[in-house]
Amino acid sequence: MFWQIILGIWMVGVIIASFLYMPATQGLGETGRILIYHVPSAWIAVLAYLMAMVNSLGYLRQGDLRWDRQAQVNAELGTIFCILATVTGAIWSRGAWGQYWNWDPRQTSITVLLMIYAAYFVLRSAIPDADRRARLAAVYAILAFLTVPFLVFIVPRVYVSLHPDLINLENRSFDMDRKMLVVFLSSLLGFTGLYAWMYKVQMRLENLLYAIDMKRGE
Amino acid sequence: MIKPLRWLKQGLAIWRKDLRIEFRTRYTYSALVMFAITTLVTVSFSIGGFVTDTDITAALLWIILFFSAMAGLARTFVAEEETGTATALKMAAQPEPVLLGKYLFNVTILLSLTVLVVPLFIMMLNLSIALPLAFVAAVVLGSLGLAGASTILAAIVAKAGAKSSLMTVLAFPVLLPLLFAAISATRAALGGGLAADVTADLLMLFFYNGVALAASLLLFEYVWNE
Amino acid sequence: MLNQVVVKNLSKAYQRRKLFTDVSLTIPDNSVLVVLGPNGAGKTTFLRILCGLTPATSGQVDIMINGQILTAGQRRAQLGLVTPELELYGELSAVENLEFFAGVRELPFSRQQARELLAFVGLKGRGHDFLKTYSSGMKQRIKYAYALLHQPHILVLDEPTSNLDEAGVALVDTIIRQQKERGIVIMATNEPGEVAYGDQTFTLA
Repeated sequence: MFWQIILGIWMVGVIIASFLYMPATQGLGETGRILIYHVPSAWIAVLAYLMAMVNSLGYLRQGDLRWDRQAQVNAELGTIFCILATVTGAIWSRGAWGQYWNWDPRQTSITVLLMIYAAYFVLRSAIPDADRRARLAAVYAILAFLTVPFLVFIVPRVYVSLHPDLINLENRSFDMDRKMLVVFLSSLLGFTGLYAWMYKVQMRLENLLYAIDMKRGE
Repeated sequence: MIKPLRWLKQGLAIWRKDLRIEFRTRYTYSALVMFAITTLVTVSFSIGGFVTDTDITAALLWIILFFSAMAGLARTFVAEEETGTATALKMAAQPEPVLLGKYLFNVTILLSLTVLVVPLFIMMLNLSIALPLAFVAAVVLGSLGLAGASTILAAIVAKAGAKSSLMTVLAFPVLLPLLFAAISATRAALGGGLAADVTADLLMLFFYNGVALAASLLLFEYVWNE
Repeated sequence: MLNQVVVKNLSKAYQRRKLFTDVSLTIPDNSVLVVLGPNGAGKTTFLRILCGLTPATSGQVDIMINGQILTAGQRRAQLGLVTPELELYGELSAVENLEFFAGVRELPFSRQQARELLAFVGLKGRGHDFLKTYSSGMKQRIKYAYALLHQPHILVLDEPTSNLDEAGVALVDTIIRQQKERGIVIMATNEPGEVAYGDQTFTLA
């Protein structure tokens, strides 16, 4: 219970700081503040997918349904953060470039990620048997994961990006104000903590549901 | 004899069996051809015969090929599961040859579709091709990739109860990089974009094919065996 | 014992429904095991697990030939299965079906051999008809040709005489006797006449 309270205070702090402590960003103006929420959401969306893929591999190796529940919970959380990242991205895009949607490479990539998540759940809902569902969903998660590197390579070649890069490769420096960087990193930490907490709660729920299911059969 | 060669030999037996059945029923091929022709005619009819924008023509070609593939390629596995022949096959063959045989079958079907549809597409839209060799390479490598990645997905769909729209839903995100690369290469071959980009796109199609086949071989036994 | 099938603590549950728990038995060479039990008791699932078609929830099945425990790949060569849920290709003729399965198993195949096998199962002269034109009894007969094609050491039969006429039942009798000479028969049935084949019986509750 202790660290959940800390997390709550931390996130409130981040929200207040993002509006009051942090200055408006250069070039992006006031709309740049959304970055504090947008980038960590995208980070969690990717991290959760990575975890779901690792869980899927674990399931195929060991055949324990616990792995499958972990993969499912990670995919659920990933979907939520993926939607958050897409929506905040579209709002920012409207503010910065005047259009909600313009198939920027980042927008394309996040859309594909969202489609993978959606397909994963459509597949799961199509299979009633738990073992079969776990196996097929795991195979699909891994297959989809393998195509991501290709996407990273091909998409920027097809579309020109307007998306700002946080890391300036030419100068090998962060394009960020010091104050902003502090808030940004705090937010990143806060979001990761939030994800860990949501994962724990959701996992407990899924384990209980499974236990009830097993009990009913006896 | 080394393992992959034995897999290939047994896979060829499955490929011959599937082709023989296909010659008798024409189920898969007619589904693909009917879909491709109807969409092609619709496209040509609605936008007329004079489209100069290579962005649009390249994308249209791959949209037609993608949805045609989705319309029929799941059939190979669905038929085995539905009729109960999958059990007979499982008792006789290891998973890898089964995947190889089905992969070769889907490749054969899709390539024979392109042989029919692509010339029609060129004629109906009055296309001129700037780089013929690159165009052929893009179509062949793209079709190989479409068939390759679809094969294991078809096995998943068949096990998931062959729900009709599932194939497209599952395949789309997985095939997107392939489609992007194929469209990009086709566009360049049709004279749009930089000719120098073609090599990179074709190389990517090539690697996509390799990864798709290797991953399918590794993962297939988890789909095929209960 | 050089050739035998050993079932150790085998359990199977479908999600929350337990089919059977802790089944252990040994099937020696030259013997017949009859699996009994009411509908839905898990006879078919039990046979599927023996054949490696369905994974067990826990426990294992070891098939020993010449003192060696077979790997999953080697099992295919030593198991022949006849069950109502297995079908052969309706769009192919009987001979083509046999030719295909011989090809997949990398066995030498000759039309002569196929004709002999078909004559043995009572399908003489029907070898070039498509299987979809067969009656259900004839389909059952061709399944025996499929299961015996590779001369397996272990024959697994689920409802061996379903759809068969008197001559067909006599054929199954011959097959079971011959297979017992050569190796092992494992069958699931509820026909009182067939239970008598069993050197041992096992009842799934």
